[in-house]
Amino acid sequence: MEPGGADRKKIKILLVDDSASMREMVGFTLKSGGYEVSQATDGVEALAFARAHQVNLVITDINMPNMDGFSLIRELRKLPNYKYIPILTLTTEDSADKKQQGQQAGATGWIVKPFDPEHLLQTVKRVL
Amino acid sequence: MAVDFDLSQFHDLFFEESAEGLTTMESGLLNLRTDAPDLEVINMVFRAAHSIKGGAGTFGFNEVAHFTHILETLLDEMRDRKRGVTQELIDLLLESVDGLRYMLDCSRSGRAMDMQRVRTLEQRLATLPREAHDEGEARWQIKFIPRPHLLKTGNDPYRIFRELQAAGGLTVRANAQRVPDLAALDPEELHLDWELYLKAGETTEASIRELFAWVEGDCDLQITLLGERRHRVERRKRREPEAGEPEAEASRAQEQASIRVNIDKIDGLINLVGELVITQSILTRIASDHALEDRAEKLKWVVGILERNTNELQDHAMRIRMLPIDYTFNRLPRLVRDLSRSLGKQVELKISGNSTEVDKTVLEKISDPLVHLIRNAVDHGIEKPEARLAADKPAQGLIEVSAHQEGGNIIIRISDDGAGLNPERILAKAREHGLVAENEELTTAEIQNLIFQPGFSTATEVSNISGRGVGMDVVRRNINDLGGHIELASEPGRGSTFNIKLPLTLAILDGQLIRIGREVFIVPLLNIVESIQPRRSSVLEVTGKNEVYRFRDQYIPVIRLYQWFSIPSGNSELERGLLVVVEAGEQRAALFVDEVLGQQQVVIKSLEANYRQVGGLSGATILGDGTVAMIIDVPGLIQMIRAGKAVRIAV
Repeated sequence: MEPGGADRKKIKILLVDDSASMREMVGFTLKSGGYEVSQATDGVEALAFARAHQVNLVITDINMPNMDGFSLIRELRKLPNYKYIPILTLTTEDSADKKQQGQQAGATGWIVKPFDPEHLLQTVKRVL
Repeated sequence: MAVDFDLSQFHDLFFEESAEGLTTMESGLLNLRTDAPDLEVINMVFRAAHSIKGGAGTFGFNEVAHFTHILETLLDEMRDRKRGVTQELIDLLLESVDGLRYMLDCSRSGRAMDMQRVRTLEQRLATLPREAHDEGEARWQIKFIPRPHLLKTGNDPYRIFRELQAAGGLTVRANAQRVPDLAALDPEELHLDWELYLKAGETTEASIRELFAWVEGDCDLQITLLGERRHRVERRKRREPEAGEPEAEASRAQEQASIRVNIDKIDGLINLVGELVITQSILTRIASDHALEDRAEKLKWVVGILERNTNELQDHAMRIRMLPIDYTFNRLPRLVRDLSRSLGKQVELKISGNSTEVDKTVLEKISDPLVHLIRNAVDHGIEKPEARLAADKPAQGLIEVSAHQEGGNIIIRISDDGAGLNPERILAKAREHGLVAENEELTTAEIQNLIFQPGFSTATEVSNISGRGVGMDVVRRNINDLGGHIELASEPGRGSTFNIKLPLTLAILDGQLIRIGREVFIVPLLNIVESIQPRRSSVLEVTGKNEVYRFRDQYIPVIRLYQWFSIPSGNSELERGLLVVVEAGEQRAALFVDEVLGQQQVVIKSLEANYRQVGGLSGATILGDGTVAMIIDVPGLIQMIRAGKAVRIAV
């Protein structure tokens, strides 16, 4: 309990993307939606973060250096506290097999790029 | 020695009575209609079940008693209207009657009962959904059978159901039959499947499938439409005049400088302003950082958020000043009751849409006109009961008042089923007053609109209550002052309807942009009749400088705005510009402009507050590109023309 002031438990989101501008834009939108956002630049960083912290939702890009999105999701699902956490992928195309791959890796759902801020917030609301 | 009652001698009687009871239940259930369930029939079935239960308990047939108790409970809920009567329910009850018959047979003959059969029936009875579906109403049946590993993708069926429920009217039935015994159960696997029923409304199958998009590959999904789709009928709320209701304090039209606002509205506003400040600072940072990569793309993104912020903010800010129109509507029932009583008439008042919100100022100013229209309706509209009966109408007259929102306006409708406006009498009176020439032909609509002329009245007697009906011109003027207008539709003998259109808020205006020289002005759309290309042949010069233009068999004054507002303009020839024909009430004029630009909604900024009051202008606004545009006060301008003011206004 924080001393003084109203205690609002904010919903925590982990954002994984190697593009700084993407992280900034999406991060800002999510923050303006009232969420607490943590960022990681690739799968390795994200996994390390997840091992030490608990979030309510993970949003990850697919194409990243060191460890790509699919591998990250597979690894996350092995962690006991991330088994059922919603994970959304950011895909650049509307392709069926990218989505299929995501599902097989254990993703909850996807968001297609490019997207507008409104759509992002609505999708996040859906999954929480 | 304990007395041993041998009740078995009574068994035969019990079984016979029960057989009769079962027949009663069966015929009752077969006759039960789902659209209009007969309470008496339900009661009859209930009583029969109750008797069987009582007897079974007394004679020790405990399984029968237990089972019948379940049926009795269901029937009790049905007659208390706590459970809707559906075809499903009736079918299941009939099956249960068969089951009961079986159980009684077993008890009578001494055979062992197949308890599995009984348990299954009991389970089905226990899991019946409670919600009543109108049988005729269309609904989607959704069978959702997920694969066991679904939860491992972080998906949760509950969230999908939650979204379905947002569409309204969802019933969910879970099937737990496949759940293995505790010993064999893997808690991370999902062994449930569901049958959902969703009120069809306007929902399409595609939109339902969309909600299941993320889990499509991991489940079996069947969607079927049951029943017929029907358009929803709007239901109106009836407002009964209450006995001895004192006139509410809130409805007294007092001009007040303060307003009561729900504190949530204020909090919401403060939050939005906070967001706006943040967005703005990001924007500033991005705009000033020249080294930033993808600057244009980022700017576009943040501007998108900014747009959302400001739209929400504007919305919320407007709503702060809004109050439900009920504040004025709620004085009407008492008014109607008192009035109808004193005039010896029977009038029913129906009010709907009283929760529609409207700006505080509009609310205050619409009160008197509304009261006046209602008074007229009771006094001159609705006939005395004898007259109504003679005209094949019910003795009781009906006045309906409704309010609803349409776009940026509120529409208030007042209609009565009274005598309507008699065109002959109106025309005669108009001729008497010299308003209409002897040989002039007018359409029925034009005649009826004559009642809005000042000093007009066809009331053959002066009634204390509404004066001489001179108020109609005042009513229209008040409504026009609010930026609205009033229309009349009337059928002699059938009744009249007044339609009033008002802007939701006085701070925003739908305007037509026009250009004069290099200046942009705004003419309220509400005042515009038509924009035309002027022809030299239709222009007439009257007494020197004043020009009039022939428009639809009328001569209307031409107002050269560049002269009025002293704008240096290259163009003084009418044919090279355009005429925007405007009207305020009955008066029309033609505004001479250089060009007609687009239309848009503008926020009105007060001139007095920022500068000073200027004749001919009702305010100003700042356009998207930052320039200031003045808003033309059409009624004011026209009035000045008529008063013969040839004043040049220097702005």
